[in-house]
Amino acid sequence: MTKRENEITWKDLEIGCIVTEPGNARQYRTGDWRSERPIFDKSKCTKCGLCYIFCPEGCIEQTEDGYFEANLFYCKGCGICARECPPKAQAITMVEEEEWWQKGKE
Amino acid sequence: MVAKREGIEVSRAIAIACKLANVDVVAAYPITPQTHIVEDLAELVADGELDAAFIPVESEHSAMSACLGAAAVGARTFTATAGQGLELMHEVVYVASSMQLPIVMAVTNRALSAPISIWGDHSDVMAVRDTGWIQIFVENGQQTVDNVLCAFRIAEDRRVLLPVMVHLDGFHLTHVIEPISFPEQSEVDQFLPPNQYPLPLDPDKPVAMGDFGPPYIYTETKKAQEVNLEAAKKVILECWKEFGGLFGRYYSPVEGYQCEGAKVLLLTMGSFSETAMEAIDKMRKEGKKVGLLRLRLWRPFPFEEVRQAVKDAEVLIVLDRALSFGYGGPVCSEIKSALYNEAKKPKVVSFIGGLGGRDISPGGFEQIINRGIEISQTGSEQEFEMFGVRE
Repeated sequence: MTKRENEITWKDLEIGCIVTEPGNARQYRTGDWRSERPIFDKSKCTKCGLCYIFCPEGCIEQTEDGYFEANLFYCKGCGICARECPPKAQAITMVEEEEWWQKGKE
Repeated sequence: MVAKREGIEVSRAIAIACKLANVDVVAAYPITPQTHIVEDLAELVADGELDAAFIPVESEHSAMSACLGAAAVGARTFTATAGQGLELMHEVVYVASSMQLPIVMAVTNRALSAPISIWGDHSDVMAVRDTGWIQIFVENGQQTVDNVLCAFRIAEDRRVLLPVMVHLDGFHLTHVIEPISFPEQSEVDQFLPPNQYPLPLDPDKPVAMGDFGPPYIYTETKKAQEVNLEAAKKVILECWKEFGGLFGRYYSPVEGYQCEGAKVLLLTMGSFSETAMEAIDKMRKEGKKVGLLRLRLWRPFPFEEVRQAVKDAEVLIVLDRALSFGYGGPVCSEIKSALYNEAKKPKVVSFIGGLGGRDISPGGFEQIINRGIEISQTGSEQEFEMFGVRE
């Protein structure tokens, strides 16, 4: 997809809207549905990977140092990772998007 | 060349047309008055006379779903249904056109329940009016065979790629035996090249079909669909012209009968026109300037041809074989709307008749025309009149 989604005209569409590029759903930004984002605290993380296993969107990735982070392009903010993170660790906190952006400004 | 004509039931003739078109897949569920079409096709396949897959599905919803899959791999695909069957198929009917899958469907027009009626009218047609299919009406057996062949050609044309319905009246056409001239196999092969769907499902070249369309793109998909359907008209006209050149039978979106100098026009769709012609002939002999218009192309709607055909008439009487409850005659409402902005237009009078298989005789059409002329002069308190209804 060379054009951004809001630039595609009706003339750009393939016959019957057929998708000819395999896997192009990865270009679909589901992250903008999010109202909360997961914040990962490395100091509490035990690298158990439960968040990675339970993420229904498959958007949690392991970094080179073995910790985990959510790809915010796709993360819908469901909070399952924070819920599944073992109670003893509690390494993931869900933060309201609005609150997070406000904090950033300060 | 004048081919020999054969006396045959119109339903059976459709099966033969499909055989001549060398269809690859037939998925259908039997329903009166369509049954003989699929029975014959099943037999042709079972006897090895037609090399096709016949899929005996469990419902019309499944029939059209199977047709989607067949057309998606590039198979030449045919189905047929009627009335309640078309209703059960309804949601998938939209999918076929929106996915641009060239399926041909014979609809043997039947009234809708309740009360249960297996007989013909256009209620089922009107319920699928907005589904985005090309829709062609035929009036007799020969036109049915001709237009089934044309339907494959139009549907599969690279510039169209849309499904086509051929509408024929249940019983009045499906169950009558008519003299029909079939083209030779070699002529059909010449007229109808192999189906080459440009983006078929193919494991070596994967594509995804029928994906979802979020708000940012859905409007564009519908615009593309509309432009495509409107553009199909050019190809339909081309196809009919070429067919006429090859076989000597020409078709047009709106066809006239005794329209020269006609001040009063009657407009019909489907097989009733042939009975109406008798009334027109009689009235013409009596010196009355009446003519008949037959609307052949229902979708895409032929605005220009309709306007052109009625421009010199003073009265236009439209007979609908369906009722849009709380409104009136669906064909008439579209005709009125097509003429509304014209500076010169006839008075339009709406009749509804022939519901649930009730006949209208030549004498009946004469009454409709005379009553229509009367209403055009005196006006009427009703938006439409139901012909022949017992008060």
